[in-house]
Amino acid sequence: MSTETVAIIDYGSGNLHSAAKAFERAVRESGRDARICLTADPDVVAAADRIVLPGVGAYADCRAGLDAVPGMVEAMTQAAQGAGRPFLGICVGMQLLASRGLEYTTTPGLGWIPGDVGPIRPADPSLKVPHMGWNTLHPARDHALLAGIPTGEDGLHAYFVHSYALAPENPDDVVAQADYCGPITALVARDNVAGTQFHPEKSQRLGLALIANFLAWRP
Amino acid sequence: MLKTRIIPCLDVKDGRVVKGVRFEGLRDAGDPVEAAKVYDAAGADELCFLDITASREARGTLLDIVSRTAEACFMPLTVGGGVRAVEDVRALLLAGADKVAINTAAVKDPDLVARAAEKFGAQCIVVAIDAKRVSGPGEPDAWAIFTHGGRDPTGIDAVAFAKLVAGRGAGELLVTSMDKDGTRSGYDLALTRAISDAVTVPVIASGGVGGLDDLVAGVAEGGASAVLAASIFHFGQASIAEAKAHMAAAGLAMRLDGTASSARTPL
Repeated sequence: MSTETVAIIDYGSGNLHSAAKAFERAVRESGRDARICLTADPDVVAAADRIVLPGVGAYADCRAGLDAVPGMVEAMTQAAQGAGRPFLGICVGMQLLASRGLEYTTTPGLGWIPGDVGPIRPADPSLKVPHMGWNTLHPARDHALLAGIPTGEDGLHAYFVHSYALAPENPDDVVAQADYCGPITALVARDNVAGTQFHPEKSQRLGLALIANFLAWRP
Repeated sequence: MLKTRIIPCLDVKDGRVVKGVRFEGLRDAGDPVEAAKVYDAAGADELCFLDITASREARGTLLDIVSRTAEACFMPLTVGGGVRAVEDVRALLLAGADKVAINTAAVKDPDLVARAAEKFGAQCIVVAIDAKRVSGPGEPDAWAIFTHGGRDPTGIDAVAFAKLVAGRGAGELLVTSMDKDGTRSGYDLALTRAISDAVTVPVIASGGVGGLDDLVAGVAEGGASAVLAASIFHFGQASIAEAKAHMAAAGLAMRLDGTASSARTPL
């Protein structure tokens, strides 16, 4: 089997090096043959076997950053929607999969997982926003990205830090939720496109296991 | 369920940990990156670097430490100290910080918080509030903001300032009692509670931890979402695992799968 290329899209959004390092470590630990490539080049993204869209920051700012790289949205769309390659969005990168974001202003997303990204409003007003810290995952359905990962209240924890959350129009797109006095979408997937609201690159064991699952994913 | 966070904090000066840390097997007690790796393996929920370097010239040293830490540790990292402009926030985030703490600059210019939050998202903007009690015995509780390591009074009410910066887009507040800092007599719980009740964003209790019961009190009585401590962890008085076990035994929801001795959740 030839070496797979995993493109992590660099569009000036926050801390991409720790994402790249986490993927490199997951490659080493899982014994896979893959090359992690941090790139701002649409041609590299178009040719990659797997694509990761990280994202830290405000929704509109991330969308503007993505649009500022000529040809990037087209390359991503061709690879993920045309060629059906495995695609993972992380945090705002996951939120960008939605139809639109409502942070500060209304911003169009990619629309691959229809739904809005709106403010978190816990039913208990004493709960703090952002939803910040370590929470457990509650699967809505089985998915290859969660294979072998202990979930539920006694399972492993994922690291969240966000004030807005994706509400998919189609409940089937939800793979797992976190409980924060009500459900928060934690992991979404439709066909070959998936996204995590939490940060796998900051989520220690759960994160490395999920990244390894993504590297092995054959949607 | 969201868990209470334990955050060890390293004071860094000129690229070295102030006073060092004492862990078994640590090659260099003054290297912040080495200390960060130990806390990562020990199951700390986040890590905090506070840079107290006086000169701007040493900024590159801090960025290098942040970058090397982010490459070695897969845990959230907050970095503060000397952040004066949106560009300082950007440089730290690009180096690998997950959150950036703004202190004196937020007091001088609260709009900096708004500009940074709009650019990078509120979730990564922490405002560090250093407060001292200014009310006398028998008077209603009152605290004022002090800057420059607690030396310079501003006359600004701490609770009002907390509400102001939370409204401008701070995603979290790091509340340090300058009366308690270094005393090992516990957090100023009234201060922590007053600010936590006044804002909708998470509050980190800081300043004064002398024992594990102080961590419990910071959450149970102070209303904090996270507890920060330095010396009790750095000098081996308690491990992160012991602190978590103690807090869990007191009824707080803690993440126990990250610690080295986590036989309970095999993977």
